[in-house]
Amino acid sequence: FFFFLLVYRLHGRYHEMAPNVVPMDYTKDPDVKLPMQLIINMPELKENPFRERIVESFSEDGEGSLSFNDFVDMFSVLSEMAPRELKAIYAFKIYDFNTDNFICKSDLEKTLNKLTREELTAEEITLVCEKVIEEADMDGDGKLGFADFENMISKAPDFLSTFHIRI
Amino acid sequence: KDKEEDESKEEDSCSQQNRASRKKNYQQKNSDGKKAGEEGSRQRERGKKAPTKDQKESENKEKKTNKKEKEGDDKQKTDRKNSTTSSSNSSDEESLSEEELAMLMEQVEQKKKLISTMRNKPWRMMKKLSVLREAQAFVEKFEGALGKGKGKKLYAYKMMMAKKWVKFKRDFDNFKTQCIPWEMKIKEVESHFGSSVASYFIFLRWMYGVNLVLFGLIFGLVIIPEILMGMPYGSMPRKTVPRAEQATAMDFSVLWDFEGYIKYSALFYGYYNNQRTIGWLKYRLPMAYFMVGISVFGYSLMVVIRSMARNANESTADGDDDNFIFSWKMFTSWDYLIGNPETADNKFASITTSFKESIVDEQESNKDENIHLRRFLRVLANVLIICCLCGSGYLIYFVVKRSQTFSKMQNVGWYERNEVEIVMSLLGMFCPPLFETIAALENYHPRIGLKWQLGRIFALFLGNLYTFLLALMDDVNEKLAEEDVVKNITHWTLLSHHNSSVGNGSTATPPPLDPADVPRGPCWETTVGIEIVRLTVSDILVTYITILVGDFIRACFVRFMNYCWCWDLEAGFPSYAEFDISGNVLGLIFNQGMIWMGSFYAPGLVGINVLRLLTSMYFQCWAVMSSNVPHARVFKASKSNNFYMGLLLLILFLSLLPVAYTIMSLPPSFDCGPFSGKKRMYEVIQETIELDFPLFVAKIFSYVANPGLIIPAILLMVLAIYYLNAVAEAYQRANAELKKKMQMQREEEKNKRNNKASTNPVLQDLEDLFTPSTKSESHLKEAEDKKIDSPNRTSPVVKQDKAAALGGSPMTGGRGTAFTLPPHMFMTRPPTPHVWAPYPGQPRPRGYPLGPVPGRGRGQPRY
Repeated sequence: FFFFLLVYRLHGRYHEMAPNVVPMDYTKDPDVKLPMQLIINMPELKENPFRERIVESFSEDGEGSLSFNDFVDMFSVLSEMAPRELKAIYAFKIYDFNTDNFICKSDLEKTLNKLTREELTAEEITLVCEKVIEEADMDGDGKLGFADFENMISKAPDFLSTFHIRI
Repeated sequence: KDKEEDESKEEDSCSQQNRASRKKNYQQKNSDGKKAGEEGSRQRERGKKAPTKDQKESENKEKKTNKKEKEGDDKQKTDRKNSTTSSSNSSDEESLSEEELAMLMEQVEQKKKLISTMRNKPWRMMKKLSVLREAQAFVEKFEGALGKGKGKKLYAYKMMMAKKWVKFKRDFDNFKTQCIPWEMKIKEVESHFGSSVASYFIFLRWMYGVNLVLFGLIFGLVIIPEILMGMPYGSMPRKTVPRAEQATAMDFSVLWDFEGYIKYSALFYGYYNNQRTIGWLKYRLPMAYFMVGISVFGYSLMVVIRSMARNANESTADGDDDNFIFSWKMFTSWDYLIGNPETADNKFASITTSFKESIVDEQESNKDENIHLRRFLRVLANVLIICCLCGSGYLIYFVVKRSQTFSKMQNVGWYERNEVEIVMSLLGMFCPPLFETIAALENYHPRIGLKWQLGRIFALFLGNLYTFLLALMDDVNEKLAEEDVVKNITHWTLLSHHNSSVGNGSTATPPPLDPADVPRGPCWETTVGIEIVRLTVSDILVTYITILVGDFIRACFVRFMNYCWCWDLEAGFPSYAEFDISGNVLGLIFNQGMIWMGSFYAPGLVGINVLRLLTSMYFQCWAVMSSNVPHARVFKASKSNNFYMGLLLLILFLSLLPVAYTIMSLPPSFDCGPFSGKKRMYEVIQETIELDFPLFVAKIFSYVANPGLIIPAILLMVLAIYYLNAVAEAYQRANAELKKKMQMQREEEKNKRNNKASTNPVLQDLEDLFTPSTKSESHLKEAEDKKIDSPNRTSPVVKQDKAAALGGSPMTGGRGTAFTLPPHMFMTRPPTPHVWAPYPGQPRPRGYPLGPVPGRGRGQPRY
């Protein structure tokens, strides 16, 4: 029941963003996608430094346009009810900027720059990135695989509380 | 079979209709009722049915496998095609043998598991939908055959209540954080200036809380009873302004010095009467006054020590989770809930600051240069500072001595009179920066540096405090001597007044002497109280003016004169001020010491202090945000601000000493205050015990007060402290040991993983994509799945998109395929895990028409 309401609401939001493109009636299986520009202007995502990455990692074609299915997918993962493992997987995807299934140094640098709005000096960034890899890299390959990431994130105290969006 | 197909189609169309009606409902809501009347209501009815179905499905997902038996049956009950399905099922059931039944059970269980873990899989929504649908169809079909269910409703209700409860708790937590005063303000300061500056404000808030309690205690138990039930103003000498002062008693300059009417008000000790009970309540005011005076100290001690203990607890409780500081900061610091630009700005700032703090910590721990040079420099710095302290101590001593000689001389100038104060404030102004310069030699981590700085300035200020106390003591002794004289005079006056009236030979009752005319003693308690209040007020003013001039005016000057100045003011010499943590903390602590010292002699002092803390919270917050810049090296405050608390405890103890001394060993004034007429202030307790308690209580007290009992008690306490200390030490050692072990284990694990990873990196790669729930499957399977999954993700297939777009309502169509598969088909399949492997890659018999509904494309094979 809650789920139903949620989807109902989500559809409302989805429709709201482009009322002339998205049909009200999904019985006639329309093939509609919304471009990233529209999605990231949602108030829920507007301030998020990773908004492009979020949308990209949930879009089916990797380009950032979302069908309604992807849209629902996104908010179900970011909802409170989603389990930690699922969130971890998508968090990993989000932070993996170059989609090579590893979080490497360049990914970390990008993350850091987005988080701090590029207010740290170059040395500080390198220091932080090195520290992160040193802390979390268990297999010693100089980058974080998913196992490393999950191991790290599963111990984080406030991952669950911060990695969710209420809609 | 045909019949079943028909049914399925019907069902499907039904569900489609449902969905349509839902959308229509939505439209209705939006476009204000295109369809009205009966039709609309019918649609709504249908719409209502749809959610119940959805509910079942969503709960299906959440359900654990142990609930499995209960669902299916219920589903059937709710199903509109109830009768037909159950009949077909029952017909199947009869043909099943025992073994097949068991197999079926197993399969059902597996499907169940799949459904329950469906949420956890990182699949695309479409794939999820199709797999879910299939699994559900299977479960639905056979559970009816196998199990029976009850209590579904109860379960749903429970789930709902649990969710509601969670939501309520969350809201309540939000509410609670909103109730914490100034939380947002402090958070804002913290996000821009770092936790060390915020720690000052947190300390200030804590202090405010303590003072509020003290204020309540004193006002509720002393001042208000006195005002309500005590003798009114002017009824007796101690409550009246003397005749000589009456002319100027209302002048502002007099009031500003806390003389005149303020001096003879309930704000000060001297106003209180020594009447044993007042008012119709028989309120024992002197007793209450004494007890409140004691309990102010008692409460403060308790609170300080308790918060110290709690801080210590906290710092040990989460001290071991420092393995992933940077990673956690990197990946979990952004709060995805933030949707407000201002909050986002704050968050960015706070993340940056926290990174900087950690970087400073990290750099500090990495530093290992010339250790001998560092040690030498530190020793040198300490020697220098000790020299400074000794010098300033001697200077103060010298000045105080000189002032004593000055005070005996007549016609001294302004400088001679105020020499002590001037020297003090000069010392207070120039020594801290000097210390800071010397501390730069030591090159400590800023947090430790702050502690040293605090300790040194504290030592300097102690001299300040104690000279003030000594001066007061001298004053008091003088007053005591004076008092003896006045006492006789008063006695004489009263006597002579009496005599004169008698001598006139008139009636026996003399005309009462006006209370303003009675000569009275100096009342040293009130003098002390006034002195402390004056000091407090001037301290407040100095603080505020310093902030206003030193920070705000300077910031304005730098900001606006920068356009027309010959060098860069912002980067160059004056620049903006940093927030002076050590100075502010010490100011607060010393101020509090004054309050504690003075609250016994001036009950109104706490009220002034509460006002001061309240205003300074807002004022300083504003000043910090408007005219200060963050420190060059933002550093994290230590987790427990036990250092502040330690200083506070020390000052509390130091301010307790003089008060205790005066209570225990100085005689109270004879004509003012609640204890007048007694030899010592504490006699009020003895008096109460003797007069108000039964005799045996007095006896018990006299026994307890026996030194023969007290000394063993003290001994016992010392022993207990020793024992507890030893135990705590043992625990600490055990703790350290355990920590070491954990660290070692972690290293070991790392090594092990290292080895494993080097042997089989491919496996590692494969595992990355999958959740723990699928890890039980063979890696082969995973590889296969990956192959199928990846093209889906990268290359959009038209058909898939179509289906994805269709899946807009992910669960309504859930029944579409439910009846398409004839039940006995499943019995031919072996119950291997491969059966419920990801749908598209699964080889499955397609001997029967799957019954894909035209245009929906869900049941169709994708490759």
